Amino acid sequence: MDFKTLVFYILSAIMVFAALRVITARNPVHAALFLVLSFVTAGGIWLLLAAEFLAIVLVMVYVGAVMVLFLFVVMMLDINLDRLREGFWSYLPVGALIGILLVVEMALVLGGRYFGLEAMPTPPAAQAGYSNTRELGRLLYTDYVYPFELASLLLLVAMVVAVSLTLRKRKGVRHVNPSEQVTVKRGDRVELVSMPAEKE
Amino acid sequence: MEALLEPVSQFFGPAWPAVWTLAKIVAIIAPLMLGVAYLTLAERKVIGYMQVRIGPNRVGPKGLLQPIADGMKLLFKEIIVPSGASKGLFILGPILAIAPSLAAWSVVPFDDGMVLANVNAGLLLLLAITSMEVYGVIIAGWASNSKYPFLGSMRAAAQMVSYEVAMGFALICVLLISSSLNLSDIVHSQGQGRFHDMGLSFLSWNWLPLLPMFIVFLISGIAETNRAPFDVVEGESEVVAGHMVEYSGMAFALFFLAEYANMFLVSVMTSVLFLGGWLSPVAAIPDGFHWLALKTAFFLFVFLWARATFPRFRYDHIMRLGWKVFIPITLVWVIVVAVWMMSPLSIWK
Repeated sequence: MDFKTLVFYILSAIMVFAALRVITARNPVHAALFLVLSFVTAGGIWLLLAAEFLAIVLVMVYVGAVMVLFLFVVMMLDINLDRLREGFWSYLPVGALIGILLVVEMALVLGGRYFGLEAMPTPPAAQAGYSNTRELGRLLYTDYVYPFELASLLLLVAMVVAVSLTLRKRKGVRHVNPSEQVTVKRGDRVELVSMPAEKE
Repeated sequence: MEALLEPVSQFFGPAWPAVWTLAKIVAIIAPLMLGVAYLTLAERKVIGYMQVRIGPNRVGPKGLLQPIADGMKLLFKEIIVPSGASKGLFILGPILAIAPSLAAWSVVPFDDGMVLANVNAGLLLLLAITSMEVYGVIIAGWASNSKYPFLGSMRAAAQMVSYEVAMGFALICVLLISSSLNLSDIVHSQGQGRFHDMGLSFLSWNWLPLLPMFIVFLISGIAETNRAPFDVVEGESEVVAGHMVEYSGMAFALFFLAEYANMFLVSVMTSVLFLGGWLSPVAAIPDGFHWLALKTAFFLFVFLWARATFPRFRYDHIMRLGWKVFIPITLVWVIVVAVWMMSPLSIWK
């Protein structure tokens, strides 16, 4: 077993353990942190496959941004752990169905030799000076430019919808304009009044 | 050098690459930690002089041993874990705070070819590692099981995520004009151009064509490291010390070291990305590591200068500056730079 394989097995073991803990951890914050761990190890496995751009972007987007906001919300929830367990049996059939579907899909991918996937040639090894990022960018903006732009448009729509769903105009809120605040002079706020001294 | 290392490498045999890399890591981290220690002294001295005080001058000649004394004190103090705290995460917090701020140094180029990991996607890797810095703060705040640390960590999460966006867009401009993610290549790409041929290299560095991005990056860097005037995360008049309230001894010191190591990192990154890294300002003088050190020292001084000068931002103003000022500016400038590059007026051919 060469070094790469060893690293792969170590990372995979950590990832499987972390993924298991995501669904078994009692505390939602711990579960979210285990999800972070599984993302990081998944990034490591992608690095082993020489897909450095995807690996780094996975860590940057999911670990650095999405999960931070996730934790942000989960930490502020006031969760009663006993009530969380109540619905277990009623949700079990749906959950089991989705689980079985996932297992079947993975089996289709992993058992690829029955579906003619072996006919695909192994991609040639990368030459020196090969940049994963450059190649991905070239493909995205030449061969796949329309699907790519379509996906970005979908994301934009989702973003606008999310904002418009949560946007609410509250009445009676005192609003300050920072640029007006900054340009305020002393004369606008303070008035010096000259008056005769009080006599007892 | 090669001949000297030959017998040593034979002694270690196949383990030599690992040993050699470890040696390089020590050669980066040890001076960094020493620099961090003396940055705390410099901070107290600089702010002292700015406020017409003297600053620490009792321990050692001219107070030069002050950081050593501080370090010893923190080392020998007990680490107290609050009874209601989540113990494992409480210990993990400071570790997660310092680990990314040290790991990020692996891609920093100190001189031509002097870099631990000369990876193609260096800039992306740096962004990914620095985006993980916030976890130390969040976990520490939550695991402490206490009000002020929790408020501090919530502020940190929101602030660091917001300013990362502006920082990322500023970096996109840099990688657009250097058409590379490799930090060494980014430095090399700054050492050419019309002004460089005239001998005035410092005018061909990225800071001039990307002046708005340079300023946005520097300010976002200050916000990202939670330094004054953006230090609401640990604003003592509001949340005592934020996520660090419950920490003592070395656990507290790790947060402290991480913050100062991050200051170093932001300063080095600003120098590498916008001020030509190890390149010398005029063609007549040779390049070298000392130029990078000088530029970094200047930005570190700016950090201290800003702390002594500006009052702390109000929290909503921090969010406004990040989302409503910096992000629109950077978005527009990305388009400006992209159009500029494609136009006949492009200076990056």
